[in-house]
Amino acid sequence: MMHKPFYTATQNACKNCTPLGAALAFSGIEKAIPLLHGSQGCSTYMRRYLISHFKEPVDIASSNFSEETAIFGGGANLKLAIENIEKQYAPTMIGIATTCLSETIGDDVPMILESLSKTAGKAALVHVSTPSYTGTHVDGFHQAVKAVVDRFNPVSNKKQYKPKKKQTVNLFPGMLSNEDIRHLKEIFHDLDTRVIILPDYSERLEGPSWVEYQAIQDGGTPISWIEKMNLSAFSLEFGNVLENQVDQKGLTSAGSLLETRFNVPCIRAGLPIGVKATDTLFQHLEYITGKPLPDKYSSQKGRLIDAYVDGNKYVSQRKAVLYGEEDFVVGMAGFLGEVGIIPVLCASGGKSSFFEDALRSVLPENIFDQVRVHENMDFARMEERARFLKPDLVIGNSKGYAMARRLKIPLVRVGFPIHDRVGGTRILHIGYKGALHLFDTIINALLHMQQDSSQFGYSYM
Amino acid sequence: METISVLKEREHQVFQKGKDDFDIACEKTSLAGSVSQRACVFCGSRVVLYPIADALHLIHGPIGCASYTWDIRGALSSGPELHRNSFSTDLSETDIIYGGEKKLESALLELIDKYDPKAAFAYSTCIVGIIGDDVESVCKSVESKTGIPVLPVHSEGFKGTKKDGYTAACEALFNLVDRGRTKRKLPQSINILGEFNIGGETWIIKDYYRRMGVRVVSVMTGDGRINDLKMARRASLNVVQCSGSMTHLAKKMEDAYGIPFIRVSYFGIEDTSDALYRVARFFNNNPDIMKRTEKLVRNQVRSIIPSLSEMKKDLVGKRAAIYVGGAFKAFSLIKALKHLGMEVVLAGSQTGSKEDYKVLREMCNPGTVILDDANPLELAKYIMEKDADLFIGGVKERPIAYKLGIGFCDHNHERKIPLAGFIGMENFAREVHQTVTSPIWQLVPRRASVLTPK
Ligand code: SF4
Ligand code: SF4
Repeated sequence: MMHKPFYTATQNACKNCTPLGAALAFSGIEKAIPLLHGSQGCSTYMRRYLISHFKEPVDIASSNFSEETAIFGGGANLKLAIENIEKQYAPTMIGIATTCLSETIGDDVPMILESLSKTAGKAALVHVSTPSYTGTHVDGFHQAVKAVVDRFNPVSNKKQYKPKKKQTVNLFPGMLSNEDIRHLKEIFHDLDTRVIILPDYSERLEGPSWVEYQAIQDGGTPISWIEKMNLSAFSLEFGNVLENQVDQKGLTSAGSLLETRFNVPCIRAGLPIGVKATDTLFQHLEYITGKPLPDKYSSQKGRLIDAYVDGNKYVSQRKAVLYGEEDFVVGMAGFLGEVGIIPVLCASGGKSSFFEDALRSVLPENIFDQVRVHENMDFARMEERARFLKPDLVIGNSKGYAMARRLKIPLVRVGFPIHDRVGGTRILHIGYKGALHLFDTIINALLHMQQDSSQFGYSYM
Repeated sequence: METISVLKEREHQVFQKGKDDFDIACEKTSLAGSVSQRACVFCGSRVVLYPIADALHLIHGPIGCASYTWDIRGALSSGPELHRNSFSTDLSETDIIYGGEKKLESALLELIDKYDPKAAFAYSTCIVGIIGDDVESVCKSVESKTGIPVLPVHSEGFKGTKKDGYTAACEALFNLVDRGRTKRKLPQSINILGEFNIGGETWIIKDYYRRMGVRVVSVMTGDGRINDLKMARRASLNVVQCSGSMTHLAKKMEDAYGIPFIRVSYFGIEDTSDALYRVARFFNNNPDIMKRTEKLVRNQVRSIIPSLSEMKKDLVGKRAAIYVGGAFKAFSLIKALKHLGMEVVLAGSQTGSKEDYKVLREMCNPGTVILDDANPLELAKYIMEKDADLFIGGVKERPIAYKLGIGFCDHNHERKIPLAGFIGMENFAREVHQTVTSPIWQLVPRRASVLTPK
């Protein structure tokens, strides 16, 4: 029977709750509005959280549970919420994510939506089940992307035979920065290949100043494109951990759904951070498109490696504490490993059980042997362990600032969220250009520290 | 241009002075599907209790509620900083099925052992209200094992609004206050209620009272300490700011210990002076206090007037929009902005009451839009219609203002600059001045057409 688990409190979490990821993913679809089915607080907190990173309006509606709703069920509230959103936003899609509350009282959202579909307005209703107690925001993100693909690519599409669009690729990048998404678009543009990136919040959550009011900001993946994903020649899905979850745990991802339902082959790769991972990406792209690496990128690569050489001894054998979403950490670790920085502590609040395997697959053995891997980690425990590892720097999102401050070492900000600096959305992590940016930033952080703490304050390197 | 419409159910929560004639509807739960700027009951409780720096704040529920509130407020401490952590029972699926009481108990015991707090608060979030954990009895049991006060805070998010969260927090505070053993009154002493030491504001206010010769027994809860709370019943007067959150406690203390209370505000010259004078008047058996107060106010006002007048030159006639949590703050802001020669074109709050809105109506000029529990669309609609130059609100309102090319000033609990007291008024004016006079607005497309001649 039930064995008694070891109970312990989470102290300064290194993760967020599932609906947050879903809300972010929904925000990357053109004219879509996220709606959290639950009480008001959750959606307000998540809005605030996303706003502090993106510095843009992020509207997330709520079905605003009251005490009666919690007792009698949320059907009526959900219906009213959908009506009101239609009136105020006229969206093309409403992405409905459940919160812990509606999940626990057992609202049957698909049934409620089914009963609505005849009377409801024009917006497509897409539901994803995201009780927070089963995963982290990353799981919510992937599940939302899958739900959208599922909704707009129903099995019935299979019947009509349509030739595959040779030149179109589906890309499921995972939780990358706006700048990363823009860079991916640029790469596909340079390869003269059509790409459908899902989700794409790079414009909607970083748009220009408004001339007129926009109820829903421009940008995002158009639904008309998503509907055609089943016709694409390939899907590309980033994330080593995600790959393991699909292969070994039977998880359905957006890519695997299109593969099984429509035979769209899905190529999986790690996040393209660093030379090796970016090389792999371009190899895949060459295979998919038949086009070799454009000159622009080979010169970017050339400059990157030259910079690696120039900076080699500032980073070699330095020790870093690295944390964040599992797949992001794996991607970053691959990059650190290739320049000789040892990510002595790799931590995440996620608990996929594949974190360690994924890290092993991207790190050389001699470096991996020096790495401690921790799933289900919080910042209090991370700091306790970091203290005795004597790291030179901390790499991760803004959440690690307090730890870095107490350890008296620099924090290099990457990933999500960045809420104590400007420009978090404009950090480029991926591609040769991203690696160069990361490399320069890390070296400069180390030099800054060294220079300030040196008795002499050398002004030449 | 896309027209923004106000939802029918919300029509009576939007009022235009001089045009409409109805009682503004308020104190309602937010409409489903309307993107309210409000948070939840739990948020209200957190606001009030969180600044107590030597207490453990454990959030009982799944991870989100705790992780989103980790260190988001600017409440400072001069000593321990336990409050700047985020502790959660991080409930998982099995806890939802089998109950979270055991986890709550061991989490409390573990954390109390590790951090040695002077008291512990266990906040219930939505899920706890559904799975029915007996938080009360867990707290009792932990209290008997550890010997420190362990208090349940009934803050399930869906059981009301932020105001109910304030009440829940006041109940927990009263429980602590009531544990104080010494009853003997301290002469010329006050408690400061509803002051949360955002950016160090408590220190500014405390210093004024010190100079007046008034003893501050406890502050609830800015830079708060459990031991001070246990002394609180010995004060002669409760001075309540942010009345929305703390009046409940003040009333309870009046009933239980006969401590009278007054409501004040420390925003703006007028309100700050008024607050200090009223306290001085209360202690009129000691005329020295009034003398010192007069001197203090005179010197303080004198020290900031020159810079205020300087800044006013650029601010006269500029239009401001205000959207804040409690209506009381809106009153002070309106006065402060008038002082700077600015015109208030929109005023609203998340949680104002009927009386609040009456006052607000009286204070505002004809044409001013008054909003209760507004959403981003309404806020945008009216700041554009009224062509505001400045928006005063919190983090959630900031991007709305910025996207439309309007200056912004954070007057919420997340601000880092103290805006209370006389020096706070100067800081406030400077912040307003900095943003309103920024040359950047001339480059913003919506404004460029207006500002630059064709
Ligand atoms: S779960 Fe409840 S208590 Fe927690 S943030 Fe949401 S509404 Fe507030
Ligand atoms: S109740 Fe669940 S969904 Fe809401 S904030 Fe908490 S963890 Fe997230």
